[in-house]
Parts: sequence; structure tokens; C-alpha cells
Amino acid sequence: MNMIQAINSAMDVMMARDPDVIVMGEDVGYFGGVFRATAGLQAKYGKTRVFDTPITECGIIGVAVGMGAYGLRPVPEIQFADYIYPALDQLVSEAARLRYRSAGEFTAPITVRSPFGGGIFGGQTHSQSPEGIFTHVSGLKTVIPSTPYDAKGLLIAAIEDNDPTIFFEPKRIYNGPFDGHYDRPSKNWSAHPGGEVPEDYYRIDLGTANVVRAGNDVTILAYGTMVHVAMNTIETLGIDAEIVDLRSLVPLDIETIEASVKKTGRCVIVHEATRTGGFGAELSAQVQERCFHHLEAPIERVTGFDTPYPHSLEWAYFPGPVRIGDALKKVMKD
Amino acid sequence: MSDASRRSNLPPLALHVPEPKFRPGDAVDFADVTVPPVDAARRPDTSERADAFHDLAFGLVRVLDMDGTAGGQWNPRLSPDAMRRMLRNMALTRAFDERMFRAQRQGKTSFYMKSLGEEAVSIGAAAALADDDMCFPSYRQQGILLSRGCNLVDMMNQIYSNRGDKLMGRQLPIMYSEKDFGFFSISGNLTTQYPQAVGWAMASAAKGDTRIAATWCGEGSTAEGDFHSACTFASVYRAPVIFNVVNNQWAISSFSGFAGAEATTFAARAVGYGIAGLRIDGNDALAVYAATKWAAERARTNQGPTLIEHFTYRAEGHSTSDDPTQYRSAGEPNAWPLGDPIVRLRDHLIGLGEWDEARHAAMDKELSDQVKAAQKEAEKNGILGHGMHQPFDTMFEGVFEEMPPHLREQQAQMRAERASAGVTVGGNL
Repeated sequence: MNMIQAINSAMDVMMARDPDVIVMGEDVGYFGGVFRATAGLQAKYGKTRVFDTPITECGIIGVAVGMGAYGLRPVPEIQFADYIYPALDQLVSEAARLRYRSAGEFTAPITVRSPFGGGIFGGQTHSQSPEGIFTHVSGLKTVIPSTPYDAKGLLIAAIEDNDPTIFFEPKRIYNGPFDGHYDRPSKNWSAHPGGEVPEDYYRIDLGTANVVRAGNDVTILAYGTMVHVAMNTIETLGIDAEIVDLRSLVPLDIETIEASVKKTGRCVIVHEATRTGGFGAELSAQVQERCFHHLEAPIERVTGFDTPYPHSLEWAYFPGPVRIGDALKKVMKD
Repeated sequence: MSDASRRSNLPPLALHVPEPKFRPGDAVDFADVTVPPVDAARRPDTSERADAFHDLAFGLVRVLDMDGTAGGQWNPRLSPDAMRRMLRNMALTRAFDERMFRAQRQGKTSFYMKSLGEEAVSIGAAAALADDDMCFPSYRQQGILLSRGCNLVDMMNQIYSNRGDKLMGRQLPIMYSEKDFGFFSISGNLTTQYPQAVGWAMASAAKGDTRIAATWCGEGSTAEGDFHSACTFASVYRAPVIFNVVNNQWAISSFSGFAGAEATTFAARAVGYGIAGLRIDGNDALAVYAATKWAAERARTNQGPTLIEHFTYRAEGHSTSDDPTQYRSAGEPNAWPLGDPIVRLRDHLIGLGEWDEARHAAMDKELSDQVKAAQKEAEKNGILGHGMHQPFDTMFEGVFEEMPPHLREQQAQMRAERASAGVTVGGNL
């Protein structure tokens, strides 16, 4: 399966298991979503469980919160993460705090799916990585898969979770892993172990990172598309790096991170989002707090730049193998 | 240097900034407020299409005349018992407000908001809705809780953020959450409850339930995007929801003109969405009851949403943190042409021979005593600021269903801080 099919399968499995799971969003119904992630679901589960919505993100999320308070488990789609900002108040002030402020009387068990990230020539309005905005908010969970297998297991866990979850889908790898070389032919998921996805139910608990490659020289912390780019980079450079795929930023599996950095003594953090105040800053601080005496070199961050995502200069902006390689060489020098 | 000199034959543009008619010191004359006779508004069948009665979004549905007689097509012809219950609930709301307002002034809590002058809005609606219909209120609908029999002591515990507060002191006073009374958790961010009410109503419809939702916001916050998103959603899916816009003329110090009142009515917002719209006399409990009953019937028979503008007046400040003498004429509350909702229903009942001044005075005394007794009881659980009423550990509970590691770690840090400072139970660091 590719990642879109895996995500579709997760919703299919959950809708079959639980009549309270509903899917809503712009174009998700008859058409099955602009990325086809919800294809076939309306035909299978009917229009009251899978339906198109008006183009109002604050409405989509606000309505989902109300449905959640009723007792449903809505899985709203925001067509691109770049469009999530009109819904920010409903996510930050409402969904995230409902359980706390009502002392558990009302909850918002919603899973907001949204394609995010660049590398598809989407310009500044179809390329952003806003995960840092959500990880800063108490009461929201933020999940980002890097393979079809993980996407299905994590999405099922998110839908089953009773807290509001932001599920960001790295759209650059919807159809296949990406090694960071935009000028090479694309691969597809069929040759990748993460593309082997069972048809049935399984879950990956939120808050469990995955050591996708064991190594001794340096720990690379990454998620989404950047897991694959980092993997390719170390193989090209011949560095024995340990790569930790975070999979979920909140809750964060700090134990796995800590154990890895203490083992390798070096840490490079890679994400596509802009640098200042990004999640890399949080990771860097936590690693420093916990592993300072084990570090043999300063922590390096490899990120997007603090500019809007530029359309024609996309590949200069994208933190590709060269930028990651430079950071790795730098930490390996010490 | 602008380009204007090159186009000197054109008059300069001018920006219009709305201004209320009266400011402090001005004499008040509300002669321009049109108060039509009670028989002016027809009552459409609840199955009529919304576009067949647009006129009702621009008129004023009324039942009670200013002399206390009831009439017109909207007269719900309630039994004297039902009307006495509404009168009592309005009086209870006023007594409760009075007492809690004073408690705030005495430093027993941080904040309070009264609904003085607009009690009919929540009491009339609560009387017309079923008790299990879901309400998504704003902050001046405490009358719904009182109508539905919520315990006064519980409400006061919330206001005092004391150890009896089941919200564990997490919410600003009056931001109740009462699931058992069909009362959604109140948010301080305005009109966020509107799309939520629509979502709840859509869920109820999708599940083949029979319950409907109702929501309230002020006229000022109809400017919020959430309001318009909610109207779109409700219209598109014919959600069984009632939108209430409480037009009490003032959003803190901004008069209704800043939400668009100079251009049209708030009920007219419904027209553009194809939603049924009613503009009603919000100081007439019977009109509120009748309009809500009508809207509820539309919702329950899958005719979709209704938007009701309650034309009323906020006789008190916005909150205890507000001083209305600084921005509006002191004469306004008394000059308001639609009078006082309690006085109007009282006079109606007296006119029917079903009530009298002495019984009214006795009721006021009884309610005042009841509220006073509840206050005493609530204060046994503590008042805000006198020590910490909740175990400090609870700060970290309920952010998520299960506490994730980072919160467990921060909780442990707080325990350690307090232990090292020698502070165990109450008290601040």
C-alpha cells in the first residue's frame, strides 16, 4: 500500500468497527478527497457518515468539536495544513481545553487529518509544516507518520484516542519514500518494508518513537519525510548514525531519545519547518537538559529557513542531503 | 503628496465611524425604536419555507403589550402556573445575580456578570425547550440552569472556585459546565459555541435522536467568523439548532452599530443563509417562549435552523470589571422602551387576576432568603483567594485523558518544589 491507501484503510477499519466514527471535510465525500484519502468511504458508509463540508475551516473544526461533545468520533480533514489557521481558535481554545475546563464533563475526541510539508512545488500556501504551533498547545496531541505501515497504525490509535489529535500527513511521501534528491526518479512504497500494510486492524501507540536504524556515531531525530532523507544521507556519507523516527511529537517518547543520545554522544535534529521556535528547538533543549554530560559535540539543527516557503526556490529551502550532511560532518568533527 | 491633486474634480472620500445616540450626560430619547403592536407579526406555520416570512426578520414579534395585556398570533396562551414559574425563575435569576454581584464587590470572587434586564431571554427559552435539549450558552444564560433546577450551591461553588467547585477552580466565575442540565461548558472566546452547537445538532440528526440544540451569543459577536461558519453549516445540513442573538445594545462599551446594527437587523443575518429569522421583543418572556417553541418545532420536524434576535437591553455593566457610566447615558436603562421583563410578566399576571403585589413581594423575599442560605452553604466550601481549595496535583490532571510523561515529570517537579519550600497542602509558593 502507499500511504494514502494506508490512511484510507485506517479510516475504513475504524468506520467498520465503530458507528460513531465519521469523516468530514472539503471534497472528502463523493469525490474521495483531492488526494483520494477518503475514496470509497462514502459509498461504503453513507452520506451521514462521510460528507463534504463548506469551505470554512473554523466551521469544520467547530462542528467536529460539537459532534465530539455529542459522543461521535469525527475525523475532519483540513485539505492542506496551510489552511488550518482559520480553525486555530477552535483547536487551541476549544478542542484542546474542553476536557480540562469542564473537568472531564465534555471531551473532543477528534482526529484532524491534514497533508503538510513541501517538496511538491506547492508554493507558500501548500507546503508549510505548522506542527510547532500545535505542539506548543496544552491538550493537543500531534502525530506524524513516515511510512504507510505507521500511518495506518498511528491513525487508528489517534481515532481511538479520547483526546484531540492533529494528524499531519507528509504529502511528499504519500506515493513513495523520498531520498531528498528531487531530480531522481521517484520510488514507490512497494519496495519499502513500510509499504507492507495489513488490511486488518492494528495500532501503534501514540508516544512511541521508532529507532528505524541502529547506529553508534550520532543520533538523528527526525519525523515524516525527513526520516527518509536522513536515512539516505547517512548511507551516502557512510556515517553510522542512529535514526529515531519520533512518530508523535506530543506525547513525545523522550526515553527513547535520551537512551539513543546517551549511547551515541551526538545529536542532529532534522525537520522541514522553519527554524525559530520550531519543534527542533524543543528537542534540542530537552536533549541538552538530559544528556549534556554525554554530549561530545554541540547539538545541530537542520531545518527549513525562517522565510515563507518559496515556490521556485523550493529545493534551496528544503533541508536536503547537503544540509543534513554538513551538520553531520560538523558534529562528527568534535 | 497624494494623487488627489490630479483628480481634483472628485469629492474626497469620508470614513464613517458609527456613534451611539447618547453618551454620558445626554438626555435619552428612544423615540426612533419602533415598537409595533402585538398583532403586527403573523405566525407562519412551522413548515413554511424560510423565504416566505422574511418580514419577520425586520419586525418585532411581541405578545405582551406595555400595559400587560397579551395578544396577537404569537400568544402562547400559557397557563397561569406556567407563567408564574417563568416569573419566579426570572426573579430567582435576578436575586442570584444581585447576591453574587455583591459577593464580588466584597472580594469573595474575582468576577461576575449579571443579566439584569434580559432575564426573559434565557427563562423564556428554557421554558420552551425540552429539558434534555442541549444548550450552548454564552455567559448571560444562567437562567437556563436556574430554570432546569441546577443547585444554587453548585453554581456558587463554581463562582467561588472553592473546594466544592467540580470544575476544580479552572474556569473563570460563571463559566459553568453542567452536562446533566444540558448546559455546555462556557468559553471565554466569543461565539466558538455556535459551530459546536451545529455540530451537536448535526450529530443528533445523524444518529436519529430527537433532541435539538440551542445556542446564544451577543449581537457584538455576530461579527465573529464562527457565527457565519455556523450559519452556513446549519443552513447546508438543515441542522436542528436554534441560534439566539441577544441584542442587548452594548458589547462592553461598543454599541450595536459596531456589529452592523445601523445597516440592518441581526435577525436579517438569517435571510442571506436561507434560515428562518425572527426578531422578537426580548423583554417579553411570552414572546421569547413562543418564538423558541416555534423554532423548536421547526427543528424537531427537520425544517432546519432558526435565528432569533432578542431585542433587549443590558441594564447593568458588561461585568463587574466594567463601568457603563463612562460610556453611556445614565438615563438609558430606565428609558428603554420595552421596559423590564419581570415587571411586564408580573403586570400581565396581575391583570389576569392570577398574581398580586403582595405575593410578588413575598416571592422576592423568599427567593432572596433562598439565595442567601445557598450562599452561606457555598461559603463553607471557601471563597476565592482564601488559600488553595484544590489539591495542587489536580493542576496536571485532565489535560489529557491519561497523563503523558512530560506532565508527570512537571507534576513531580511541582511536588518537589513544594516539599523543599515546606508547603504541603494549601498555600502558595
